[in-house]
Amino acid sequence: MELTPEEQQMLDGKYGEGVAIAMKVQVAVGEAFGAERMIEISRAHVALSNQEADLWFAEKLVSGGARCRISPTVNPGFNLEYFQGVTEISPEDESVIKRTRAAYKAIGATLTYSCTPYLEENIPRFGEITAYSESSATPYMNSVYGARTNRESAQSALCAAVTGRTPLYGFLLDANRKGQVLVEVQATLRDDSDYSMLGYCAPKKIGFGVPVFTGIDNPSPEGLMNLGAQLNTAGAVTMYHIVGVTPEARTLEAAFQGEEPQKRVVITDQDLQEMRQTLSASTGKIDFAMFGCPHLTISQVARIAGQVEGKRLQAELWICTSFQTKELASRMGFVDVISQAGGHIVEDSCVDQPCWHHLYGKKGVTDSPKCAYYTKRRNMEFVLRSIPECVDAAIRGEVA
Amino acid sequence: MSSQAIAMKCHRIAGGKARGEALVSTDDICFYLVDPQNGLVIEKGHALEGQCIAGKVLVFPSGKGSSVVQADGLYQLTMKGTAPKALVIERPDTVMVASAIIMNVPVVDRLDQEFYQTVANGDEIEVDADSELVTILKKQKEEIK
Repeated sequence: MELTPEEQQMLDGKYGEGVAIAMKVQVAVGEAFGAERMIEISRAHVALSNQEADLWFAEKLVSGGARCRISPTVNPGFNLEYFQGVTEISPEDESVIKRTRAAYKAIGATLTYSCTPYLEENIPRFGEITAYSESSATPYMNSVYGARTNRESAQSALCAAVTGRTPLYGFLLDANRKGQVLVEVQATLRDDSDYSMLGYCAPKKIGFGVPVFTGIDNPSPEGLMNLGAQLNTAGAVTMYHIVGVTPEARTLEAAFQGEEPQKRVVITDQDLQEMRQTLSASTGKIDFAMFGCPHLTISQVARIAGQVEGKRLQAELWICTSFQTKELASRMGFVDVISQAGGHIVEDSCVDQPCWHHLYGKKGVTDSPKCAYYTKRRNMEFVLRSIPECVDAAIRGEVA
Repeated sequence: MSSQAIAMKCHRIAGGKARGEALVSTDDICFYLVDPQNGLVIEKGHALEGQCIAGKVLVFPSGKGSSVVQADGLYQLTMKGTAPKALVIERPDTVMVASAIIMNVPVVDRLDQEFYQTVANGDEIEVDADSELVTILKKQKEEIK
């Protein structure tokens, strides 16, 4: 890889050991993918995980004197103060979250603790070169905004924020953004959760490459957020096109950059139904409902508040969201309504964090296959339904 | 078949050299869905479900899973001593590559089709990422004989 004199100095340690480690990781990634040089970035998002590996690496950079040139927004861990009020947090988990906060503060991150920065304060322009990690963020950036990012890992994105650069390869280059597989959606997408199911079932059929969807009209931001999150969880889909919807797919021809699809697949209502059944635990009594993977938007919170108003929930109901949405929900009275029904709405928190011990071994409902997938490690079972159906289940304490 | 070692060219992604038993997965890998205590794949419906990846040379198509969990998964496996010794991948992805570099696990790609036709579970193979060579030292089948 060809480095500029400044980049070479970063690698050689002139800017400190932390910067040198960051540059070393990026050069290795660049060489793996045949990048010829680095390119400057103007935005970054780090999917901090508040887990040991993530903390170990962030502290390593901080102790090496690294500070971000481009301040990245960051993913949620969990809201320690809120959860200490409702459940037990072990001293080890308290220590990890406190150290994580301290490390990211020290490195100069923008402490948003949200997984949907692309809807709030880290919004790119078309064509902007960025480094985003987080499975729902990367496809949204590339596909919906037409900004450019590779599928960065939390660590490679943090390295990019520190050096202000990323290796020039992959989805930063025009040719790699072209569609490869035509996905004809024959299934009816009735609500945002159907986009989740579409996203979760597509990668197995697609197999590889950039999918180009046809048959999707006027999707909501939440639908697109769900589609990307699940595509990038069930597979490693960094970018997709929707003909007539996303900016690099004004036409079918534009999406494929004038070439023929390498493969064609069809997705039907039956595919979505089968996927839901495969992923879902058996119906019956449930202990809780979990939302916010990715973080819910204000319109999703508003619908839930409308549904639970004046009711008494039979199962715990949890909504994870950004601090902005929580504040907005509070101003609009939704937080009161949800609390009075017995539910929780909490900012800065993720469904896959060690703050849910009281739900281990229990059964829940969720709209998110990603939520059901990652929490297998925490011995939580999920039935998958749309948000309104999940809320209804929480009101009744069981799911049909 | 001769018992001669078969050496094949590859491309270095993360440096290092390791030797171990081959374990071939037809499905993409998410290290987060491997139990760090014993290295067993716990992902439902996965081609390697219930199999142990600890100490193996893992041969698989690509990484999958969110940008967060891959590094944490591999870190936990490394700390508990249940990580694979080396990775042979067909389609590298950034998350997998960065995780492996940070955890010092050797990774190679760009093996010929011949390698994939020859390699089988239980073969003893050596991955020398620094010299860009993968060598099948002993076929499992011959060992049984």
